[in-house]
Amino acid sequence: MIQITGVSHRIGTAPILHDITAAMPAGRLTALIGPNGAGKSTLLRLIGRLEPCQAGRIEVDGLDVGRTPTERLALKLAILGQQTHIASRLRLRELVGFGRWPHHRGRPGPADQAAVEAALDAFGLAGIAGRFLDEVSGGQRQRAHIAMSFAQATDWLLLDEPLNNLDMAHARALMARLRGLVRDGGRSAVMVVHEINYAAAWADHIIAMKDGRIAAEGPPEAVLTEAVLSGLYDTPVSIGSHLGRPLVLHHA
Amino acid sequence: MRLLPALALLLPPLMAASLMTGASSVDILRAGGDPQALLVLMESRLPRTLAVVLTGAALAVAGVVIQSLVRNRFVGPETAGTAEGAALGLLLVAILWPASPVWLRMAAASLCAMATTALFLAIIRRLPVREVMLVPIAGLVLSGVLGSVVTFIGWQTDLLQYVNAWVMAGDFSGVLAGRYELLWVAGAAAALAWFAADRFAILGLGDQVATGLGLSGRAVMRLGLVVVAVVTSMVVTTVGMIPFVGLVVPNLVSRVMGDNLRASLPVVALSGAALVLACDILGRLVRHPYELPVGLVLGVIGAGLFLWILHRRPANGQARGQAHG
Amino acid sequence: MDRRAGLVLAGLTGLLLALSGLWLFQGLGTGNRGFILELRAVKLGGLVTVAASVSVATVLFQTVSANRVLTPSIMGFDALYVLLQTLLVAGLGVAGFAALPTGTKFAAEVALMTLLACLLFGLLLGRGARDIPRTILTGVILGVMFRAMSEFVARILDPNEFAVVQGASFASFSRVDAALLPFAAALTLAGIAVALALAARLDVLALGRDPAVSLGLRFDGMVIGVLALVAVLVSVSTALVGPVTFFGLIVAGMAHGVMRSARHAALLPAAALIAANILVGGQLLFERAMGQAATLSVVVEFAGGLFFLYLLLKGRIR
Repeated sequence: MIQITGVSHRIGTAPILHDITAAMPAGRLTALIGPNGAGKSTLLRLIGRLEPCQAGRIEVDGLDVGRTPTERLALKLAILGQQTHIASRLRLRELVGFGRWPHHRGRPGPADQAAVEAALDAFGLAGIAGRFLDEVSGGQRQRAHIAMSFAQATDWLLLDEPLNNLDMAHARALMARLRGLVRDGGRSAVMVVHEINYAAAWADHIIAMKDGRIAAEGPPEAVLTEAVLSGLYDTPVSIGSHLGRPLVLHHA
Repeated sequence: MRLLPALALLLPPLMAASLMTGASSVDILRAGGDPQALLVLMESRLPRTLAVVLTGAALAVAGVVIQSLVRNRFVGPETAGTAEGAALGLLLVAILWPASPVWLRMAAASLCAMATTALFLAIIRRLPVREVMLVPIAGLVLSGVLGSVVTFIGWQTDLLQYVNAWVMAGDFSGVLAGRYELLWVAGAAAALAWFAADRFAILGLGDQVATGLGLSGRAVMRLGLVVVAVVTSMVVTTVGMIPFVGLVVPNLVSRVMGDNLRASLPVVALSGAALVLACDILGRLVRHPYELPVGLVLGVIGAGLFLWILHRRPANGQARGQAHG
Repeated sequence: MDRRAGLVLAGLTGLLLALSGLWLFQGLGTGNRGFILELRAVKLGGLVTVAASVSVATVLFQTVSANRVLTPSIMGFDALYVLLQTLLVAGLGVAGFAALPTGTKFAAEVALMTLLACLLFGLLLGRGARDIPRTILTGVILGVMFRAMSEFVARILDPNEFAVVQGASFASFSRVDAALLPFAAALTLAGIAVALALAARLDVLALGRDPAVSLGLRFDGMVIGVLALVAVLVSVSTALVGPVTFFGLIVAGMAHGVMRSARHAALLPAAALIAANILVGGQLLFERAMGQAATLSVVVEFAGGLFFLYLLLKGRIR
């Protein structure tokens, strides 16, 4: 479980998060939703220690993120930020290979190579693994980054808008794979997602944020209601249903 | 704040201070009865003071012109390859025709300066539009490359001594009556810029706006090139390179007054004159009775000011904080 | 390291050995061979040391700044060193400074330089990391300022002395301080050894901050450490031959091109070997074949400057 207790955060003088307390259950796919500027990415980055925690406490499976050595955390959680530009010229296989670095620290063994090939396969990259990052499309690059986090083989997977640049088929495939990891692989995942119906269709647990505060928290059917979402986005929405899951409608 | 009157009041005391500062002490009020003092005053101090004022004013105006030509605030005549072009022209004439008259040397310097500045403009046209900071970087490197060519030629032809006088830190200590008058040409070129102020202001808004208002962007561009090249060439030939004036002063004035050049150019000129004069006086006082070249003083103070400008104003309207959502 | 990288490195090493042999023994004549050999060996050592320090410093700096068009010198590193040197003279007095043994002097300069460079450029890269061109411009202007300051201080110290401008013009590969060479070579070797030991971490560092932190690299500490290495290496080359601005750019670009790999274990030795080949071969050509001992640095810097403009125009700055 990820336990967030009393976390506040500022960037410069601008307050981003106000005294957040929340929990993300283990063995579930948690979606962070909310309007632009709600603080979702910042919260995810704090959990993944990409930003130092200014106030409050964050624990991942009992490990205090602020105090646990970063090498140890790299075996517990993998985080993929939105900024995926890389200056050095790498082949896709090399990039995914870095996902194994926390395990081998520079000396990859056969098990690491097998894990890299498995990750490349899992995200449909095996055919283009020898190409350079700047020679593939934005969606393929995005998938390579996700495959790298996947290869890190951690209990927790934190993804900041992983669906960026992905077409419908690959977005769906990614969500299905994530849910498979959670349901069958015993892993846990947290993702920031903009397209709310991906959260509606695949998430087990939803945290809705607005203006740096938690607006609602719970299973999809509890959070994805007309009252909660209309208030969250200041836009009238109606909720339908599709294959037993909520479906958020906002056409006219 | 009324800048123009304030500066007009500031300049005379600075000029008086400049007349009185130097290796030998001169009392300007009693100089009339002392032939020795009068000689120093008329032959050295007055020419020097005028030279500094002309240089500062002309360079600051040239800075405004080149900034509106390239539409970038972080460029000045010393970071656009102009000064090195002027030095290259002088060097070529000195090699090809050592006995050439002054006007020919000046013409060669100005033409070469125009050519290298045009080269700079051609280079930055190919840079991505949104990358504001790349323009000054390209200019600095181009200046460096041209400077290395000039130094190399000068060194191979045993003319390095002259070259150093042009490209090293500018220095007014050698100014005497009869040896600075070319700077009046620089002053005249700057005055020309004032008559065309509206055109430069409009050009600064972009080619499309200029065309929409019925202005030929190319003609204004050529006029601007002439102004910048002539000002820089005269300054480089007479006193050497004076850094940061054309870069910093337009920024500081624009911060207070905006970019209506018709109104702001006189303020720019006076501020440039005051800045260079203050630095020149400082250079004379720091290690009295020795002198430090004003180019060095400005190299330190001007760089500091520039860094401040660079980091105070968010570049291109980009917010400093990172995206979050 | 794969087979191809090994072959390339072996080839480069062989070429360097051949060029060095030619440098040492070409036209040796009969009289006073020992003396001439020693003279040539010192010069060879200087060239190789400078080549290795400049190239490794540039590759490291490009990795830490996530940018392929920068060199430490463009960002004002060498100007900072010259300023420090001047300030040390100012603090200790010209005579007092001259009285210090070469090793002590150099050690003090390098230590101070490392400290200041880490502070200054750590701050700059940390703060400006999201606006790279602005960071570069700041570095360039800082360099201009440092140079003006050193001359300023030098003039105040000794107003009659006009030839104090050490940092102003070109490096000269043909004048190497023989007394300094052993210290410089030792520091360069140590620096390269550390860099090679860190090679795997450098690969991770090159991914950028977020991925590197996610993989468990101590990113901020690593940045400071690499900057310290760069500062040491730049001190070495600046002390030996003067400012070298663009040479590293060519070499780093060639190393990336030749190795076709981002692995530092291969990149660093490749860059060092390429640089050494260019300097030794170039000096051989200019000094022996053309009788122009001091031309090489000018040509190399000029070509490097053009290469920089080319990269800029190609939009490779990001």
